[in-house]
Amino acid sequence: MRETTRRQLTATAIVSAPLMWTLVFLFIPYLVMFTYSFYLKKFPTFVPAFEFVNYLTIISDPQYYQVLLRTAKIALTVAVCSFLIAYPLTYFLVFKVKSARLRSILYMAVIVPLWVSYLLRAYTWKTILGNEGILNSFLVWSGILSQPTDIFLYNQFSMVVTLTYIFVPFMVMPLYASLEKIPRSMIEASKDLGVGPLRTFWHVTLPLSMPGVIAGATFTICLTFGDFVAPFLVGGPNGAMIATIIQSQFGAALNWPLGAALSIIMLIIVLTIISVSDRLERAGRIDLN
Amino acid sequence: MASTVHAQEKIGDNLIGLAAAGAMLFLYVPVVVLIAFSFNDNRSLTLPFKGFTLDWYVKAFNNQDMMEAIGNSFYVATTATVVTLIIGTAAAFTLDRISFPGKTLFRRLILLPIALPGIITGISMLNLFRLIGFNLSLETVILGHATALVSIVVTQVYARLQRFNRRLEEASSDLGARPWQTFFLVTLPNIRSAMIGSALLSFTLSFDEIPVTFFLTGRDNTLPMYIYSTLRRGITPEINAIGTIIILASLVLIVLSVYLLQKSNQE
Repeated sequence: MRETTRRQLTATAIVSAPLMWTLVFLFIPYLVMFTYSFYLKKFPTFVPAFEFVNYLTIISDPQYYQVLLRTAKIALTVAVCSFLIAYPLTYFLVFKVKSARLRSILYMAVIVPLWVSYLLRAYTWKTILGNEGILNSFLVWSGILSQPTDIFLYNQFSMVVTLTYIFVPFMVMPLYASLEKIPRSMIEASKDLGVGPLRTFWHVTLPLSMPGVIAGATFTICLTFGDFVAPFLVGGPNGAMIATIIQSQFGAALNWPLGAALSIIMLIIVLTIISVSDRLERAGRIDLN
Repeated sequence: MASTVHAQEKIGDNLIGLAAAGAMLFLYVPVVVLIAFSFNDNRSLTLPFKGFTLDWYVKAFNNQDMMEAIGNSFYVATTATVVTLIIGTAAAFTLDRISFPGKTLFRRLILLPIALPGIITGISMLNLFRLIGFNLSLETVILGHATALVSIVVTQVYARLQRFNRRLEEASSDLGARPWQTFFLVTLPNIRSAMIGSALLSFTLSFDEIPVTFFLTGRDNTLPMYIYSTLRRGITPEINAIGTIIILASLVLIVLSVYLLQKSNQE
């Protein structure tokens, strides 16, 4: 009897710690943020209210919805670029590297940068693309340019390059998993039936790897949506993204209610993308057994 | 016919190999650039190389603000990792063994920060701290990091627990072991590599964290925040020097953690 009571006590303790944590640091903060998004700005802070003014501002003021559109455009571009770089690389790793050991080492080499300082990886592109940077000094040294150019840095191009660089591993990971799952026999079968490698790729390999492509695109799009470090480092005057605007509402602009509303919109966009891609992935999944 | 297919295949193979090599260069040239310029005897980061120097490392280590920021980062990352590990492991056990109403909501919420951009975790917690009148400090950063990273520990430890044979625990208890003995002698050794692996990963991520830290820190800076704020004023090879050290240290920790997590998945 005493044993069971003690067991129950331990179980309660184990359950309540993470439950309390989730309640206090996840559930309540989201709720507070949601509440603030209906408040009104009043210098120097804000006052409680239940108004949709902040949301209306976001959809009616071009300053905000244009940034949202730009962020979406950049996020899509980054996803496409990451796909174009990651696909051949992953394909090569899975189908062309014969030694399993070498394959896992190379895979590691691709994935490990994912967790290495995000800031430093963005920073190094600032030093590469800048006016005095490596790219410019190389082009001038080799005689291709007569003087350094500003066109590489502080625009959407530099932002796409930097973000693609940072997020390529996120594309490789799910792609690798889905390419690895394709039974070689299917590709062999297509070959035996006299189908050329290009058509085999187009009709067999690519469709079977779609779940990986969708998962990778979801990662890159969602991560780009929430990024304010790349715009800050390499973005320039027209490089503001939605996260930059949110950041400034909680800083210099000091409009917490508007910032909260923008955060809620970002939250909804990201969750929508995740659930849509979840559905697509499930619909596109072909049972190989 | 067969020979054209063969030729086509060969060209295809070469092209794929070339594209893969290009992708690897794209991933690694910037890292090499960052490291190379930490040894370059020139204030601006431009070609050609002017010669080898360790000055930037000396400068970085004599930089009081930077050293203080590194100390803060160690404090934050260590504490956040310990908290994450405790909460995350408890959460993994809860998900694995106990059913209660609202479990699905609990699972979704605790895993949410892995999917959401860090800025949302940062801002929502900032709103909470403001509401309850908490002053921002390194401690609020720790709470933020722990919340953002707990999902990593949960997923890894939970995956391990799912494959863990519960009969071992029953056997231990049938043989007269007390519950705590069973936990420390049977259960814990089985989930150890998953715990250490995810702890190393959490530590590295916390050490480099920006989006959550940005909103939750008070007057004290962590290292990434220090670097972030100096970049406003311009770039210096000192950042390359400290960056080189961070990158190499993170590489070691991450390779170790990936190794441990793979081992845990194979067990």
